[in-house]
Amino acid sequence: MTSRRRALTLVAVLAALAAVPLAAAAVDEPFYLDLFGRIMIFAIAAVSLDIILGYGGMVSLGHAAYVGIGAYAVAIPALHGVHSAWLQWPLAMALAGLAALVIGAVSLRTSGVYFIMITLAFAQMLYYVGISIEPWGGDDGMRLAQRSQLGGPLDLGDPHVFYYVVLVILAVLLLAGERVIHARFGTVIRAVKSNEARLQAIGVASFRYKLAAFVLAGAVGGLAGALLANQTEYLTPSFMHWTRSGDIMVMVILGGMGTLGGPVLGAAAYLLLENVLSAWTVHWQVILGPLLVLVVLYARGGLWSLLPGGGRRDG
Amino acid sequence: MLNGLQLGVMLFLVAAGLTLVFGIMNLINLAHGSLYMVGAYFAVAFLGWTGSFAAAVVLALLATLVVGMLVEMIALRTLYERDHLDQVLATFGLILFFNELVAIVWGRAALFATIPPALGGFVELLPGLRYPVYRALIILVGLAVALLLYVVVSRTRLGMLIRAGASNRTMVAALGVNIRLLYTVVFGFGAALAGLGGLMAGPIYTVQPGMGEELLIEVLVVIVIGGIGSIRGALVGAIVVGMVDTLGRTFLKPMLATVVSPAAADTAGPALASMLIYILMAAVLYFRPQGLFPAARS
Amino acid sequence: MAEPLLEVRGLRKRFGGLVATDGVDLDVAEGETLAVIGPNGAGKTTLIGQLSGDLKPDAGTIEFAGADVTALPASARSHRGLARSFQITSIFREFSTLDNVALAVQAHAGHSFRFWRPARAEAALREPARAILEQVGLGARGDVPAGTLAHGEQRQLEIAMALATRPRLLLLDEPVAGMGLDESARMVQLLRTLRGRHTIVLVEHDMDVVWALADRISVMVYGRVIATGSPEAIRANPEVRRAYLGEEIPA
Repeated sequence: MTSRRRALTLVAVLAALAAVPLAAAAVDEPFYLDLFGRIMIFAIAAVSLDIILGYGGMVSLGHAAYVGIGAYAVAIPALHGVHSAWLQWPLAMALAGLAALVIGAVSLRTSGVYFIMITLAFAQMLYYVGISIEPWGGDDGMRLAQRSQLGGPLDLGDPHVFYYVVLVILAVLLLAGERVIHARFGTVIRAVKSNEARLQAIGVASFRYKLAAFVLAGAVGGLAGALLANQTEYLTPSFMHWTRSGDIMVMVILGGMGTLGGPVLGAAAYLLLENVLSAWTVHWQVILGPLLVLVVLYARGGLWSLLPGGGRRDG
Repeated sequence: MLNGLQLGVMLFLVAAGLTLVFGIMNLINLAHGSLYMVGAYFAVAFLGWTGSFAAAVVLALLATLVVGMLVEMIALRTLYERDHLDQVLATFGLILFFNELVAIVWGRAALFATIPPALGGFVELLPGLRYPVYRALIILVGLAVALLLYVVVSRTRLGMLIRAGASNRTMVAALGVNIRLLYTVVFGFGAALAGLGGLMAGPIYTVQPGMGEELLIEVLVVIVIGGIGSIRGALVGAIVVGMVDTLGRTFLKPMLATVVSPAAADTAGPALASMLIYILMAAVLYFRPQGLFPAARS
Repeated sequence: MAEPLLEVRGLRKRFGGLVATDGVDLDVAEGETLAVIGPNGAGKTTLIGQLSGDLKPDAGTIEFAGADVTALPASARSHRGLARSFQITSIFREFSTLDNVALAVQAHAGHSFRFWRPARAEAALREPARAILEQVGLGARGDVPAGTLAHGEQRQLEIAMALATRPRLLLLDEPVAGMGLDESARMVQLLRTLRGRHTIVLVEHDMDVVWALADRISVMVYGRVIATGSPEAIRANPEVRRAYLGEEIPA
């Protein structure tokens, strides 16, 4: 897909998302605001995973941990009376990024299967830590005292305001992502996936770049977590469970990994599918499971590749 | 401490199958935990039908073996050629499927399997030291399986094929061995082992959807520590992990309480205890990234 | 010889039971082209791997430009002036041909923690890359995905990427591997232009290439260097003849 086409497609997607509140008001179903808000938040998490997975080839099965950390980084200060988003959200990103730094520093020394298993194990470790710490709700989780305060007219308690704030964050992320992918940093990360041995032979010490990407992805995941906590106003350690990591990964793959728009489509497809299927049967996962297997086996490029002009990846 | 051994043995049963499958077929199978779960459910079901514990065990084992081979033939065959990411995703899909399937058939509530009366009660191992018969039996069975595996892998023709297949797949195929059949058999065998772990675990831990995944993480830690593809590594790793985890949970809080306030120990204790095996894994990886007993591969 | 650019002493490497490098000593003078030849399994590629930093020797030292580089990883050696081409083509297949070379240039043009400006817009990276592509004869193929290049063109790209890192020493592992006669001749022409400007250690099976390019030749058998000398001396060496047992060394 040429970059022009890609840009246009992304703009179209964002415009569609921007129109949702209007459509929701027209049919008087505020539920859609919630649903699409959730989609966008997971899209943010999925895009952050795509940076390391789709572009860097690092199969991290522990990404949900960073989302969880971001969520707790909002809820715990709120518990102690700190409600400013300008404090909470940067804190969420910093803590998640720090966790990614530590986990990445250990995990990135391995590769292949070991890497997958280790990222999974570390993330699960954080989950177990989460359920053991009673003051923060333990297994039952905790409520968010109130939504983060942005100050001024931006009241996140208003569903419309919240929706557009999330949309703006997603748009900024996509824009930044586009720049990063084509900048020197993104080129190195893509080269890691393509042929890391060659990259080192020409003189790039790839470890530091992989770690940096890992930290960046973790930090953005933390931001997604902060937003998620605000949306659900309730959080549990299950946010960090490895099956959540699997969900996010599914969104990336379903939408098309190695593209920025793909994860957005994937998040939408996954959550919409969940919504539709669960209306039919409470056992909807029995359909999702094999569906996922089929997609992996036969439709590797994901939804993005099905769009006109799709197929060729970024690069 | 014996509980640690028992947990270790349980981990070994599941780990052995997983590491075999990975070592020989280069397949990451996240759904291995689902086979463990299936074994447990089958055992409960057959016990309900036949009323005989012995029959339930045999039938559950066979059923899990069959399920394993079916899964291999239907879903996993195409994955051998694919990269690990595809395998992770596809087997993740299988997990979702199986968890939901057992929920459909048996409901979401936890089932309780009871220890058969013959195996209830305690056995006196040492003067003053009583230990539940059932758990002791698990340890014995586990060790027996380990011995059996050792004999099969190192002394029999099948074992030789397995070892050869692990180090050079194309060569073995070139020698005219039916690789597909070998893979199906190995996978089924691994599934049966996991099922054995599951059916023995039933009475002690609860039988519910998702029970496989909890164990799976620990199994992965075991394999990483022990070395992928190595049965010996799986055994050592499993026992180490089982011990560390159990001892850690029992002793860490009291130990902490001697240095910090009881309230802090109360909070931090369980949290740290759950982190122990992961810290252990990180440490092993730092010094020996291949695990303790890496299987030689070509 | 004056202070050699590359000095290898007592290099050893085993893989399990197999001794791939059995105490190798080598000196390479600045500006010369040393060819390393030997029967299959002699350990030539393993030697290159240890020189480039992709493999860690079990024992021995490697000195480059007077400094001990034995413990340095491949990426650090690249910055000291050592470049390598691979026997089995190793390029960035999804990137365009020009992007491949530009990345090699980028690797030596400061760090890559730049997040905003597109790398493709940096003339300081593109211009040198274009020039090198011209130099190796791929000037017209810059925008083609590297994975779709013909085999011979990919080997040329290998050389281009090595050159883009502005090396003092080129380690070339079978540059004409898998090439037909015409392509090989073109590659030899290219390598001829590099002689003298760069120091070259060349591993090759194709003896025509060796005779055409080498200043000196080292012969390896079973991980040891059994003879080093001028092409004439090597041709006449009875031990070398024996090592190639029955193989005609073309005159």
